[in-house]
Amino acid sequence: MPFKSTARGWRLVIFLAGLLLLPSVAMAELADDLQGLRGGSYDAKGAAVERLVAGGDERAVPVLEAFLDGRLFLTDGEERMVIGEDSAGGYRIFDALSGEALGEVGKRDVSKIKINNKLRQLVKGSLGALTLGSKDRAARLRAADAVFRSKPADMIPALESALEKESDPAVEARLRRALAATQLANSDNKATRIAALQELAKFTDPQIRSLAAAVLVTDGAGNPTEPDAEVRAAAEETLKAIEQGLAFNSFLANIFQGVSLGSVLLLAAIGLAITFGVMGVINMAHGEMVMLGAYTTFLVQEVFRASFPTASDYALLVAVPAAFLVTGAIGVGIERGVIRFLYGRPLETLLATWGLSLVLQQAVRTIFGPTNREVGNPSWMSGAWEVAGGLTLTYNRIWIIVFAMLVFALLMVLIRRSSYGLQMRAVTQNRPMASSMGIRTGWVDAMTFGLGSGIAGMAGVALSQIDNVSPNLGQGYIIDSFMVVVFGGVGNLWGTLVGALSLGLVNKFLEPYAGAVLAKIFILVAIILFIQKRPRGLFALRGRALES
Amino acid sequence: MKSLFRGAMSAAAFAAALAGGSAVQAAEVIKVGVLHSLSGTMAISESTLKDTVLMMVDDLNKKGGLLGKQVEAVVVDPASDWPLFAEKARELIEKEKVDVVFGCWTSVSRKSVLPVFEELNGLLFYPVQYEGEESSRNVFYTGAAPNQQAIPAVEYLMGDDGGGAERFVLLGTDYVYPRTTNKILRAFLNAKGVSDEDIMENYTPFGHSDWQTIVADVKTFASQGKKTAVVSTINGDANVPFYKELGNQGIKAEEIPVVAFSVGEEELAGLDTGPLVGHLAAWNYFMSVEADVNDTFIEQWHAFIGDEKRVTNDPMEATYIGFKMWAQAVEQAGTTEVNAVRQAMYGQKVPNLTGGMAVMNTNHHLSKPVLIGEIQDDGMIETVWSTDAEVVGDAWSDFIPESAKLTADWTYPWVCGNCEEPKYVKY
Repeated sequence: MPFKSTARGWRLVIFLAGLLLLPSVAMAELADDLQGLRGGSYDAKGAAVERLVAGGDERAVPVLEAFLDGRLFLTDGEERMVIGEDSAGGYRIFDALSGEALGEVGKRDVSKIKINNKLRQLVKGSLGALTLGSKDRAARLRAADAVFRSKPADMIPALESALEKESDPAVEARLRRALAATQLANSDNKATRIAALQELAKFTDPQIRSLAAAVLVTDGAGNPTEPDAEVRAAAEETLKAIEQGLAFNSFLANIFQGVSLGSVLLLAAIGLAITFGVMGVINMAHGEMVMLGAYTTFLVQEVFRASFPTASDYALLVAVPAAFLVTGAIGVGIERGVIRFLYGRPLETLLATWGLSLVLQQAVRTIFGPTNREVGNPSWMSGAWEVAGGLTLTYNRIWIIVFAMLVFALLMVLIRRSSYGLQMRAVTQNRPMASSMGIRTGWVDAMTFGLGSGIAGMAGVALSQIDNVSPNLGQGYIIDSFMVVVFGGVGNLWGTLVGALSLGLVNKFLEPYAGAVLAKIFILVAIILFIQKRPRGLFALRGRALES
Repeated sequence: MKSLFRGAMSAAAFAAALAGGSAVQAAEVIKVGVLHSLSGTMAISESTLKDTVLMMVDDLNKKGGLLGKQVEAVVVDPASDWPLFAEKARELIEKEKVDVVFGCWTSVSRKSVLPVFEELNGLLFYPVQYEGEESSRNVFYTGAAPNQQAIPAVEYLMGDDGGGAERFVLLGTDYVYPRTTNKILRAFLNAKGVSDEDIMENYTPFGHSDWQTIVADVKTFASQGKKTAVVSTINGDANVPFYKELGNQGIKAEEIPVVAFSVGEEELAGLDTGPLVGHLAAWNYFMSVEADVNDTFIEQWHAFIGDEKRVTNDPMEATYIGFKMWAQAVEQAGTTEVNAVRQAMYGQKVPNLTGGMAVMNTNHHLSKPVLIGEIQDDGMIETVWSTDAEVVGDAWSDFIPESAKLTADWTYPWVCGNCEEPKYVKY
């Protein structure tokens, strides 16, 4: 096959010249090695990848990247190796060697060249090797990490020369880490191994811990696999240093997880704190308001994807007010249509709202289908912030904590500072008196129920980011919400905040010891006992509505 | 609703037929019961299987029905409520007089209907992978037994291609299927020389949504110097938040692969699978498998359901195979009478959707190929390993000492379902 070295406009890859100096490898050889990728077994493909990297021809890189992303195909029939890009009808395909555009094909007209985890790691490491000298700092960081993960023995000289040239301290640290790990994994030299272990002790990271621990692994008979006692001692030192750091980090991580769970509970419960806590309505359909909020998010996202695909990262910002309005309106409808006839009859309210929740669930199931709907995480909510080894804070959780606090603060302002809030508190504390002062209590009731439902809908937006968007979404939260409100003290928003956070923290500190199932049971029992002692919860509110 | 109504109509016709003898034989229909949850937690998975059975019935009728009669589906909704499954099963057999039932998903629902089918001598086709350790003459298990899914998957993880795992985290939902499967896996791993300290077991409630601690624990467990893999028997809705947390905490499949036994194309449809590429699933069928019979099935499904985006999955294939086998057995026996159909079932062959041939064995389990696949960024699962030949399903696990002795063989009259020595049994 003729080989043209055309520059590929759609892909820019930069290489380390010092590493890959062999300038002109026979083209036929490259073509042969590429053809090796189609090989029947994964071992054959792996061997082809290794030959490609050893050949050092930069033109192999786009092919390897396509292989990694699952975009490398063979056409049916003539079995030409092509790279595919998604298009409306299937794939736009390009010849893997020459980059020549070959038009569009349907998805079933080409078959993918398969890759598995082992190969993926090999390719990532190899690509890392080819990009260690990239001018792009992020690319160098990625390359150093890729080498750290795959630890190929023949990379040691390349790492050493890259280290000499490196000026950026962050990249240098990663390169040192990669070098030490690669030396530890491949070298038999005692001094090199000890030096590598000492270097690794500087990094507080579970993966490094794993490397050091691997030195201390014993075989079936209990004999150490590492023959040298000094190396073992160095590994133990390293382990000890890392473990101290990890223990502290895991404590911090536990607190974060507790606060995060607490903020989810707070979001789910805060709407209920208004409908149940302030108005005294046992609202079993509260969970369904959360669910409807999540489905509103789904609809908004679909509209964005269809109409403004470039702005779909911001769909959530629109979904928040949309969910509030939709569920708020439904809430007002429920209050006017059902609940206002049932004030003062808690049992009937309970049954009516329970029935409503079933109706809403089945309605959603009929309209949207019983299967889960996919709500994507926007890019600013994906991934995690690696604060330190063993302490990774996921962005979606961070944003949910922020969102929960924001909602709480806004609600406090609304209730404390606005005239509507004043009326609401007046109606709660003494309905006949408020009514005789000229407050339209019926209107206040409807608005309050709408507010509680609207906030539940906003919680649904947040929950769509971490949980299933399915008709059952709400059911999972209704019990927890009631628990939080009752524990915190009915009718008191601060109580809900403290209740939610403390339940979240206690749960997360219990879970590692007791397991998720037992932790839940334990908390339930603890709350039952607590309510025996303090029937009004943590913060009891005095008001006429509650006296009766 | 329509089929319910028609069901009632045909029940009346059937009663008339009984009364009037063979005069109204032509009006008679063959009735197929469908016992899948259409509401509640399991609706997400089970309603698809209801549609699959309806599609098969439709297809059969277009080809002229069975024994010259039309086939009719009677659909009931047990609403993810386990005791209700038993009531609905009784209703199907006693009141609707169905000839066969396709149904159940969770093991707990199957355990709940089992006594009803045995008492009334009904026939149930159960289409989902399960924990084994059960053998009933009234149930045909068309999903995978542990030796057709769990054991090969763990062997793959321990092997060179799977990364050579030496430490295992067994995550599961807290009920009978995960606990039994993990009991078998632990025995298997111990037999392979993996000590108990290299195995971590963790159970979570149905619908668990906060996976932060558990995923962090897995990371810590994996940092002890040995290659670690996760075996997940997490069921239903809890999978979505679990995989989201995995993706966000950056657990890469190359470092800690997660192999799942209850996650198929349908469950992945609610997820952005970009961060999950490379995590594994073990089944007997993947939608991505390239075979002509599979393409035909997918086209048929899309045409029936009227939505090009709907996916197919393993329990659908199991329903497909079960239905075809039952139809063949009825054709061969010349009647829908349960005892005759049961005898005719043994040795029935139906082409697998992945190529090859599924065979019904006398232990009421199928011979099927085992596939291990990796999740792709388009939500499909791509086969990376498969058995060379079909594997015979094993009702009683060889790795649990007290079960290893038991055999399941329902060839009458010398039968043995749950015993060591066959007994002479008349119908």
